[in-house]
Amino acid sequence: MVKQQTGKLISALVSGLVFGLGMAISGMTNTDRVQGFLDLFGQWDPTLAFVMGGGLVVAFIGYKLVLKNPTPLFADSFSLPTKTVIDKPLWIGAILFGVGWGLVGYCPGPAIAGLSYGYTATLLFVPTMIAGLLLAKPIAKLI
Amino acid sequence: MHHFVLAVIGGGLLGVAAVMMMGLNGRIAGVSGILSGSMTQPSGDRLWRILFIVGVVLGGAIPALISADFKPPEPQAGTMLVIAGGLLVGLGTGLGSGCTSGHGICGMSRLSLRSIVATGTFMAAGFVCVYVLRHVLLNNV
Repeated sequence: MVKQQTGKLISALVSGLVFGLGMAISGMTNTDRVQGFLDLFGQWDPTLAFVMGGGLVVAFIGYKLVLKNPTPLFADSFSLPTKTVIDKPLWIGAILFGVGWGLVGYCPGPAIAGLSYGYTATLLFVPTMIAGLLLAKPIAKLI
Repeated sequence: MHHFVLAVIGGGLLGVAAVMMMGLNGRIAGVSGILSGSMTQPSGDRLWRILFIVGVVLGGAIPALISADFKPPEPQAGTMLVIAGGLLVGLGTGLGSGCTSGHGICGMSRLSLRSIVATGTFMAAGFVCVYVLRHVLLNNV
């Protein structure tokens, strides 16, 4: 039990580390590149498509392999999302997220991975993003 | 190395991280969900989320320490845009249950219809937003 708990914590830290490396190496912590991808009618920068492609191929094959196991190594079961309905919060949330993403060129992963560069914009973006995340629950009740 | 090659390698690492989280902990590697849960879940279920986020910060820092080429330029957006963008990204990913990692990589690779709809929608909204920002308002905001 203690072993499982330790394994779970270390694997979360290491997975996060690999994830952050991926963000920085792929160029996604560069907001110019991300806005360049979203700028379809300007100087379009396809970099983000290569990142998504690389991630999707590895995750598609890797998930198939690990989900064959009866349980994860350090947990009693797989926690897969069970919701399948395409509801209003999904549409509204995705639209709001897309607009915010376009305004700055940051989505949550790259913003967190970019914290160490110490830019004022990043240091301001992350706490306002957290405020937005915390507001989502009360606002979801109104939709 | 050409940045398209680095993009595929970096993207592959995002996939590796997603597969590790699933195979080891049985969890989706979605940053918005993990970040939100690190503050709102019962205390016993917070530490792994906090450690994942710490890992993302450290992983993001390492390449720039090895080569200055990996340090990106400062974001262009001004203060008001950053605040608006941060709030919208937080609120939107909270309401929509995921972001580019959770829906875009983890969900789409599981062929989840919700994730495919969400990813198509936030990309379309991002295209429209940058079009308006750069070609209608001409970056005068």
